[in-house]
Amino acid sequence: MSWDWNVVEDFMPRFWDGVLVTLQALVMGSLIAFTLGLFWALAQRSRRRWVSWTVSGVTEFIRSTPLLVQLFFLFYVVPEWGPSMSPLTTGIIGLGLHYSTYTAEVYRAGIDGVPTGQWEAATALSLPTAHTWRAVILPQAIRRVVPALGNYVVAMLKDSPMIAVIGAFEMLGEAQAYSNETFTTEAITVIGIAFILIAYPASLLTRALERRLVR
Amino acid sequence: MMTSGMFTNWFLPGIWVTIQVTVLSAALGAFIAFTIGYLRTSRLWIVRFLSGAYVEIFRGTSALVLMFWMFFALPLLGWQLLPMWAGVSALGLTYGAYGSEIVRGALAAVAPAQREAGIALSFTPMQRFRRIELPQAWPEMIPPFNNLLIELLKGTALVSVITVADMTFAGNLVRLGENKSAPIYSLLLVLYFIMAFAITRGMRVVERHARAGVGQAPPKKGLFSSRKAPVDNLTPADAASTGGTE
Amino acid sequence: MSVENTPSTAAQEAANPAVDGSELIRFENVTKRYGSNVVLDSLCFDVASGKHVTLIGPSGSGKTTILRLLMTLVKPDEGTIKVAGEYLSHEERNGKLVPAGERHSREVRKKIGMVFQQFNLFPNMKVLRNITEAPVHVLGLSKDEAEQRARELLELVGLTDHLDKYPSQLSGGQQQRVAIARALAMRPQVLLLDEVTSALDPELVAGVLDVLRDIAHSTDITMLCVTHEMNFARDISDDVLMFDAGHVIESGSPEKIFSDPEHERTREFLSAVL
Repeated sequence: MSWDWNVVEDFMPRFWDGVLVTLQALVMGSLIAFTLGLFWALAQRSRRRWVSWTVSGVTEFIRSTPLLVQLFFLFYVVPEWGPSMSPLTTGIIGLGLHYSTYTAEVYRAGIDGVPTGQWEAATALSLPTAHTWRAVILPQAIRRVVPALGNYVVAMLKDSPMIAVIGAFEMLGEAQAYSNETFTTEAITVIGIAFILIAYPASLLTRALERRLVR
Repeated sequence: MMTSGMFTNWFLPGIWVTIQVTVLSAALGAFIAFTIGYLRTSRLWIVRFLSGAYVEIFRGTSALVLMFWMFFALPLLGWQLLPMWAGVSALGLTYGAYGSEIVRGALAAVAPAQREAGIALSFTPMQRFRRIELPQAWPEMIPPFNNLLIELLKGTALVSVITVADMTFAGNLVRLGENKSAPIYSLLLVLYFIMAFAITRGMRVVERHARAGVGQAPPKKGLFSSRKAPVDNLTPADAASTGGTE
Repeated sequence: MSVENTPSTAAQEAANPAVDGSELIRFENVTKRYGSNVVLDSLCFDVASGKHVTLIGPSGSGKTTILRLLMTLVKPDEGTIKVAGEYLSHEERNGKLVPAGERHSREVRKKIGMVFQQFNLFPNMKVLRNITEAPVHVLGLSKDEAEQRARELLELVGLTDHLDKYPSQLSGGQQQRVAIARALAMRPQVLLLDEVTSALDPELVAGVLDVLRDIAHSTDITMLCVTHEMNFARDISDDVLMFDAGHVIESGSPEKIFSDPEHERTREFLSAVL
């Protein structure tokens, strides 16, 4: 196996371009996943049956089907009757939507994990429902779910290369294009190592968070 | 909606390829999960270290990156893999690493007193694993394995990127050929959903048998189990239950 | 039966004629520490073949550690343990005494059976298989032989009707009787009993003790038990050893220990539990 550092050096500018796209997708995707997931979780607790059932069905469907196909759907089907979006925007929405169905489960477990005594205490103090949610239940639930949400950010990072298939050139897309042009392997290897270098400390961080925040 | 030629020549075989890739990589993944999961309980630190390193590396990288590397980089190093095998290996190696955490967690959840009872009856370590620890841990593994299997099914769509003609690949061909994308991608999503549903029902049956076989009550009913993506930090408590995330 | 709790000297050795080869268990200067906490302090004692010996004493005095040492669940820091003339904790290799390997301890341990406080039946196996599993796979008995043996033992413990149930379907007292049958199915020379009734509801204790009394009186098996049931100890024991802080401070026949203890600590302990 021959390893050429010149190739690596030559690839580096495009590597950083890719990192930038990956980061954008990750940050924006996470924001969507965190907020939309909370919305799903609250809607699933709705007393109106048709709301909770519809939301459960839709999230289960999204969670059970491949992100890759969902990206194709968003990129090729949605513009037929809706807005046309850039590859990166499509990728961000795809990632955010897909992972919101996972974070919904996280929030749900976090809310269920708040002891019923807290609800009873709030009722005993005649706190309005909305205030109970905002001041009592959610602060306790969020604290429990932060590490699990962190895990999904790491998982999303590992899925982010998929947005390259619809033309958003993040790290892997740049590497593959570069390798095809130059008939070299270093770029893809660099990406593989980069993923481990990012994902491993990130998962250590979520583990540390887990120890700090849970109980 | 689409010409029958495209459909019978590409789409139906594509469904079959998706099933093949799922089954093959699940088999490879299961083998790795049990081997690595067992090795991580070894008494020798070097065995624990190496198996732990395997898990961190393959969970740290992305299945798609690994697949690309096997498909594009390995041949240039003089090691040509059929696309199908590059895909199956990448999926099996990655999901096997996640699965080994399930195995390890469920084994760790078996009461230590059971190990002591096994020692008191002079079983060898291997006999203890096979006859006492594994049978007790197995029913606990099934719900998280179900989740992982569905993640694997979703992951098989990635093989289309490295030119394996699975149903996602066929879907893209049909879109190019017919210039209509709504019906084909909708159909694809529904097909994946049906397969995921079939896996969940099947695993439910497996779980009922497994629990009955060790004298436990059958699992709770429900159309779906609540699911999680394979994430990095499966604690034993996580691995042993489907629901909680705390 | 002989007891020394200080490092033995030649003089004491000579004054101790019990060392005649009939002892089945022999602790020689065994020390066990957990961190800086010395649980057993250079302990020496023998149990002669066929005797029933009860260990009493406050919790934390090292009684359970003795059983765990015999089960090789923990290893001694110093000293040696022999069972039926063979080293349990060590093995001889090239004329030197080295800590025992897994294989060696397993062989010697086959002479020892143990009944646990929490029963520790295998929840994944029905009652019959709980009893036959080790005889078949460790001793190499045929399935028929092992089942024959299991049925006899279930009759002894009065549970012939339950052989097709899972442990979770039995009461605690029934589970503990199955656990006794499981230990006996290995035909051990020594039976270790670790507070076998303390996890049971009070009304279930008598049934288990009756079974053990029966075994004590009708077989020649050697028994070493840790218990808080003083009446039971008085009933089945040939000897009682009083432990305190890693030492045997007093030993003798149950009549003597329970009615006329010499040591102040023994008196305090007995007045607290009786």
